Amino acid sequence: MPTFVMAEKCDGCKGQDKTACMYICPNDLMVLDKERMKAYNRAPDECWECLCCVKICPQQAMDFRGYQDFVPMGASCVPLRGSQDIMWTVKFRNGTVKRFKFPIRTTEEGSAVPDGGYGVGADDINAIELFTEPASLGADVPSPKK
Amino acid sequence: MPNFETVEVTTDLLIIGGGMAACGAAVEVSHWAKKHGLKVVLVDKAAMDRSGAVAQGLSAINLYLGLRDNENTVMDYVEYVKNDLMGVARDDLVYNIARHVDSTVHLFEKWGLPIWPKSEDDPFRVGPYQRGGRWQVMINGESYKIIVAEAAKNALNDCGAEIYERVFIVEPLLDGNRIAGAVGFSVREEKFYVFRAKAVLCAMGGCVGVFRPRSSGEGLGRSWYPPFSTGSSAYFTIKAGAEMTCQEVRFIPVRFKDAYGPVGAWFLLFKSTATNAFGEVYMQTNAAELDKWGKYAKVKPMPANLRNWLGMIDVSAGKGPIYMQTAEAIQRLAAKYEGDEKAFKKKMKHLEAEAWEDFLDMTISQALLWAACNIEPEKKESEIAAAEPYFIGSHSGASGAWVSGPEDVAPPEYFWGYANLTTVDGLFAAGDASGASSHKFSSGSHAEGRIAGKAACKYLVDKNPDLPNVDPAEIEALKERILRPFKVYEEHKDFSTAEEVNPYYIFPKQYKFRIQKLMDEYAGGWGSNFTTSKHLLEKGMEYLQMLKEDSEKLAARDLNELMRCWENIHRTWVAEAHMRTILFREETRWPGYYFRADFPSIDEENWEVFVNTKYDPKTGEWEVFKKDIIRL
Repeated sequence: MPTFVMAEKCDGCKGQDKTACMYICPNDLMVLDKERMKAYNRAPDECWECLCCVKICPQQAMDFRGYQDFVPMGASCVPLRGSQDIMWTVKFRNGTVKRFKFPIRTTEEGSAVPDGGYGVGADDINAIELFTEPASLGADVPSPKK
Repeated sequence: MPNFETVEVTTDLLIIGGGMAACGAAVEVSHWAKKHGLKVVLVDKAAMDRSGAVAQGLSAINLYLGLRDNENTVMDYVEYVKNDLMGVARDDLVYNIARHVDSTVHLFEKWGLPIWPKSEDDPFRVGPYQRGGRWQVMINGESYKIIVAEAAKNALNDCGAEIYERVFIVEPLLDGNRIAGAVGFSVREEKFYVFRAKAVLCAMGGCVGVFRPRSSGEGLGRSWYPPFSTGSSAYFTIKAGAEMTCQEVRFIPVRFKDAYGPVGAWFLLFKSTATNAFGEVYMQTNAAELDKWGKYAKVKPMPANLRNWLGMIDVSAGKGPIYMQTAEAIQRLAAKYEGDEKAFKKKMKHLEAEAWEDFLDMTISQALLWAACNIEPEKKESEIAAAEPYFIGSHSGASGAWVSGPEDVAPPEYFWGYANLTTVDGLFAAGDASGASSHKFSSGSHAEGRIAGKAACKYLVDKNPDLPNVDPAEIEALKERILRPFKVYEEHKDFSTAEEVNPYYIFPKQYKFRIQKLMDEYAGGWGSNFTTSKHLLEKGMEYLQMLKEDSEKLAARDLNELMRCWENIHRTWVAEAHMRTILFREETRWPGYYFRADFPSIDEENWEVFVNTKYDPKTGEWEVFKKDIIRL
């Protein structure tokens, strides 16, 4: 189901030049209506429902509603994404509610070091080894000519 | 009428794309660029954090060999990929990706991606990770792309590279048979970008939306692969004059019906079966059909397209719906805890969470559809169906540019200087952009990006080339052509009282429906039961030429619509390459992907070959020809 913005909760990211949802949507669907200072999804039938916008919204002003050409009404599926985990509340059409919590990363945000701590290997641009190999592979790089 | 400023950016290496392959390239290139003093620019049509096919997340890494723990050999994987593609694969390319992919997965883990540790239920239990199948490892992958992008951006910042987000690349720039850069526009401000580069790495993903989707309204965006993968890689390399391969090898995913939730974990991890409405396991009841498909029908596991085919037979016979027997599978897995009520409940709870996470990590729509249909997988089976066709060289399709293999692996016919170099000087390709190296998936695409990135740096260091020449008049002409949809709209918008209906232009939305309808009906989409023939294809080509002519009349009202215009032109060229190639290959080799009604059998004697194509940018002529398959 395409995402939508709850009018009461959206603050247009306080008038910055772009909103969080505009920044993140991989399909460039979110638009800020500068008169109302509210964002909206300009093309619900191009929405993949990846929920990147829902997860990033600082006001939790976004949700999604099932594609109406095949999804029966009445269910919901709401994420709450933190820095280490994501919580999901899944509500069924018949009222059943299920909650799940899954880890999303094991390190601090922003801490990814390109070489992963493996350091630089042979450092030879003519060799078959990529710059962190063989340490990052944990084995010699196979070659039919070896 | 918008007034576009022209911005020129000059660099040694230009990486186009922001998905897994581009992020792999960024990480690798940064090291070599810093060491050898190269300038790097990356340009992405979205924001790298959530750009590309992994934007939503994934619940598994589909390619991890486990070389460190001797779980598999590189040649095991080469064998598997070749068989799954009915013999049509470049062993050398698959070998190269497979030997480096674990390196990439280990980096993901260090960067913070949670990979499940192995458990008692793991059928393999050799390496440290929980296997979902022989080649898969299970992950908590909601933030997979954010983590991978973070490392890529940190690397680029470290080498002083520039990142341009929200710039949509439209066309390649050429200097003879040498790549000279790329042009495009910002989708956020009135800026036309000219990137001049000595080498270019193309990693703009696969192609979605060429065929009519099964959804008919709001759900049009719920494609299996993302709707923002719009054929830009294929267009870019074709228009640069690069030889292309496997343009006929589309992929039809069989997934949970309508929302396209993943089935891999259900088949491989939960050991579920798929049946028709009568409870018959079509893989067994239709097994006699396999005799028609030669030696590939006898390999284990059975090639994906043949598994599709056996299910399609039952659908055509009216034996649907086809079901994934989820309840049966979950009950079977929990059965060994029966008698111990506490342990049984705990196991059931655990399996239930795993089943939901599989969807919530990568296809949230499917979780919602289950909830909306009151489906609890441990209690009730769920429908699966064949989706519309996709172009995805990184998965079970194979379309992409024909690239050089690595020097120590490739036979001389497949080697021309630098790994992943296309047949255009200085133009490299990786991920969905390179062909005949299927089943690289997310991790293999990242690894291939690294391979191509290193090779591109080596090319720049070895050759130390001058900046290619670009004719300013050509740039001006390209700018005018790329921005033309604005002009078309401005010139004619006042002619009718309702702007949607105007005889002088076509908006990209209707244009896209036209590609999709014609491809569905003439090139074997789901509406034609994936079946086509020479006569259908020739008729389809006739309509496609008219569509190409009408692309001159595409109209745009804003930057977003201008991007949609060009995305659809990119799709049109993918459609053309596809039709020309399936027309040329006079056999049916992948019956579960498409069926040539006039050549309904596999023909090993004449067609165990690659079919390659080449478009000549100077003359506008296409060539389609055979290329030998050389095994390792």
